Amino acid sequence: MGNKQTTFTDEQLEAYQDCTFFTRKEILRLHGRFRELAPHLVPLDYTNNPDVRVPPTLIVTMPELKENPFRDRIVATFSEDGQGNQTFNDFVDMFSVLCEASPRELKTIYAFKIYDFNRDNFICKEDLQHTLNKLTKGELTAEEVSLVCDKAVEEADLDADSKLSFTDFENMISKAPDFLSNFHIRI
Amino acid sequence: MVKKVQAAKKKKRKKVVETSSEQETSEEEDSKEEVNEDEQLRPECLSPEELEKLKEAVDERKKLVQSLRGKPWPMKKKLVTLRESQEFVEKYEGALGKGKGRKLYAYKVMMTKRWMKFQRDFENFKTACIPWEMKIKEIESHFGSSVASYFIFLRWMYGINMILFGLTFGLVMVPEALMGRPYGSIPRKTVPRAEEAGAMDFAVLWDFGGYARYSVLFYGYYNNQHAIGWLKFRMPLSYFLVGVGTVAYSYMVVIRTMARNANESGVGDDNSFNFCWKMFTSWDYLIGNAETADNKFASITTSFKEAILEEQENQKDDNIHLTRFLRVLANFLVLCCLAGSGYLIYFVVRRSQKFALDGLENHTWWERNEVNMVMSLLGMFCPMLFDVISTLENYHPRVALQWQLGRIFALFLGNLYTFIIALMDEINLKREEEKIIKFNITMWEASLYNGTASENSTTPLITIHPADVPRGPCWETMVGQEFVRLIISDTMTTYITLLIGDFLRAVLVRFLNHCWCWDLEAGFPSYSEFDVSGNVLGLIFNQGMIWMGAFYAPCLPALNVLRLHVSMYLQCWAVMCCNVPQERVFKASGSNNFYMAMLLVILFLSTLPAIYTIVTIPPSFDCGPFSGKNRMFDVIHETLESDFPAWFSKVFSYASNPGLVLPFILLMVLAIYYLHSTSKSYKEANVELKKKLQLQNEENKKKNKRAALKAQTDLEEARKTTSQAAERQKNNNASLRSQEEYEENYAKSQRLCHSKNGRNPTFSGEDRQHQVTARVSRNYHHGNHETHGYLPGFSQQSEPRICRVPSLQRH
Repeated sequence: MGNKQTTFTDEQLEAYQDCTFFTRKEILRLHGRFRELAPHLVPLDYTNNPDVRVPPTLIVTMPELKENPFRDRIVATFSEDGQGNQTFNDFVDMFSVLCEASPRELKTIYAFKIYDFNRDNFICKEDLQHTLNKLTKGELTAEEVSLVCDKAVEEADLDADSKLSFTDFENMISKAPDFLSNFHIRI
Repeated sequence: MVKKVQAAKKKKRKKVVETSSEQETSEEEDSKEEVNEDEQLRPECLSPEELEKLKEAVDERKKLVQSLRGKPWPMKKKLVTLRESQEFVEKYEGALGKGKGRKLYAYKVMMTKRWMKFQRDFENFKTACIPWEMKIKEIESHFGSSVASYFIFLRWMYGINMILFGLTFGLVMVPEALMGRPYGSIPRKTVPRAEEAGAMDFAVLWDFGGYARYSVLFYGYYNNQHAIGWLKFRMPLSYFLVGVGTVAYSYMVVIRTMARNANESGVGDDNSFNFCWKMFTSWDYLIGNAETADNKFASITTSFKEAILEEQENQKDDNIHLTRFLRVLANFLVLCCLAGSGYLIYFVVRRSQKFALDGLENHTWWERNEVNMVMSLLGMFCPMLFDVISTLENYHPRVALQWQLGRIFALFLGNLYTFIIALMDEINLKREEEKIIKFNITMWEASLYNGTASENSTTPLITIHPADVPRGPCWETMVGQEFVRLIISDTMTTYITLLIGDFLRAVLVRFLNHCWCWDLEAGFPSYSEFDVSGNVLGLIFNQGMIWMGAFYAPCLPALNVLRLHVSMYLQCWAVMCCNVPQERVFKASGSNNFYMAMLLVILFLSTLPAIYTIVTIPPSFDCGPFSGKNRMFDVIHETLESDFPAWFSKVFSYASNPGLVLPFILLMVLAIYYLHSTSKSYKEANVELKKKLQLQNEENKKKNKRAALKAQTDLEEARKTTSQAAERQKNNNASLRSQEEYEENYAKSQRLCHSKNGRNPTFSGEDRQHQVTARVSRNYHHGNHETHGYLPGFSQQSEPRICRVPSLQRH
């Protein structure tokens, strides 16, 4: 093409375009953003797939993420080691899932993973309490928190095990009118 | 023997291929390696069915590559799978091409690849073309997704209007300007002598009279010549088809967008998952600004507190009769308002007709522009009035917003239709005038002939300057002019309201705050919020006016493109500069389809008047591309007769035979009825399934509760017997063993109970520990609530059991 970029080979760009919802220009832009986070760490030339990981403390300073109460969980969910250290692949994956073109099912799967704080494949009451506290910044009293979590479990739990499995979560989210428009980050 | 081995290897390959579309790739990679080498050795020995299987495998791989984006795998896995699938496909596509049709197959494959590459490049190009992406992102991060949705809607409208502009400009205005008769050659294209003096004045041009009127901008300029220029461009046909095409294109785009949105929107079930939705879908991930984030936290907290309050109080039965009476009163007041505004517009339009008859110069600026100003002012003040009236009604904010939008919609619609009715009166007036003028013109021509006949020339040449020829009234141009004036005044009103209402207010609040008694920023005026629904409605109605008037004034789409462009920049600036993020965010409805549905209704209602005028009113005899015809759509008939071969018109006349058209319409009605009843039955099935789900849920809870109670009683009995046995016997092991049996039996019954729900009761030790403690704490809180949950009865650890027993005792 016209630009003389040597960040990725054409095959790499085609592969990324096949695996994400991004176009070529957006992928290059993402690489720029990734590099901005840690310029001394992230090389300009990715043609030989260097294994570079950016720590989560740097990633959550991005303007798109810094006000999000769930930023730590988002970064951790999309990292290979589960601790939040992201490679460029994880970075691109994260924004691809959260972009506008990503389908509802995919977003539901990852939303479930994000809200599952203890990573046991269930959203139990503790996870709900964590979520609520992050959302209200601790403004609600303990009884109110407890009441809300109980009500939420009562509403969505279908197999009566007092926590939400993925099926419960999916059933509940599929009817939510705001989910797709709110669970969306534009990069 | 060799064949058998080969067959076996191929079966293994098939199995390998079938599992490849699932999770693990590593083993498959290994087995693929060995199989590959085999295949490479004997590519020709493939029987047809094995060829088929190979083909299926290749197709499956291709499908996998297509769907790779949507798979919830980590990126590394996706890249590896992609590379492998691509290698597989490349290797075996060649093999598949052996035998008959090999060249064709290879060609097909190459074309598919080229097509996909082209599509991808086109997508890349399209996304590069989307304007204002960064602007919208900035607004999103500051104000959240609901305000940004207005700007996204504006951008979408801009796209539609660009296409409409392309159609009207390229196929109507440019051909007439380039290839039609130039200005001044025929009477309809020339400013009449009487108006010539003031034709260049700014005031006249602003009013779209003078030179602006006698130009390609309006209907009246177009000549009714059948074909113009060396291209033989059929102007009247093109004009008609472009008019129809703009409407058809708009319908197609709106319905396609609605269908796309309908897939995404959830079923409107507002209250069943209230708390869940608040928890999981209330945070707007687009927010990137600290102040907005604070606002959002505050609003989420408030909404939770409200929901908790509602939950605790349940229904506080207020005086229901008083509420009902107030609501009826409010609706009555609103109806009075609407009727009043409709009558006001009618009155003003009649008055302006009177002024026009007197001659416009005798009146002030206000009197000349009365209609437009009154309509714009009504559009500005009535919604505020409705807002005040709605405080009587005491609805939930979301419901109140829907009522408000409905009322504003009715207001705009009523105003628009009153305007149109008044216009129709004017059209009829003009047509009466036309008959008189026609008569006068024949008299005038006769007098001319009489004058020249005395010169004794065989061919009386009438060389009269076109500006002096008496002109017939042109109601189509008048209609076009009215719409253009309306749009302009509407736009001006919007911009001025924006500048005064938002900008001036913000400036005053900011600078007067130093020297004012109370805090202007927190108290009364404060900064304004961006009114999403009002702005969206304004946009929709403007578009409706464009659709209505585009047939009579081809310049309207061009004007609208300009207007939207300016609006985008102006409103983006105003929102960032003068507005604050909203405190309570209530969207009018769950889905985007609400605004799309309104747009569709407006599209339908605005094309009705245009269609009515085209079908019933004969065109003016003296202006426009259809002059001289009986009806405007006659142009189609004429084209069919003259420009198409004879058999075509015969076929068409058969097709338009009522005997054929009526059964076709009947068939379509039946199809619609069938589809409607099918969709109704699906909806009912949906409701049934939901009910079943609820019932199942209740049953499960009851069952678990019963089992838990039984377990409790069993355990207590077991405890009693064990304690008695411990007292009686000295052998502790025996008693513990009996206790274990009880636990095991009970645990078995639990497991049976749970396994019905299809869950896998195995989990790691750490989780078990966690769950035990979780369950312990939960039971403590729950009190009398359902005592369900795991009891890892079959664990051999004594610790958890001992922990458990005392907690149950507390029940």
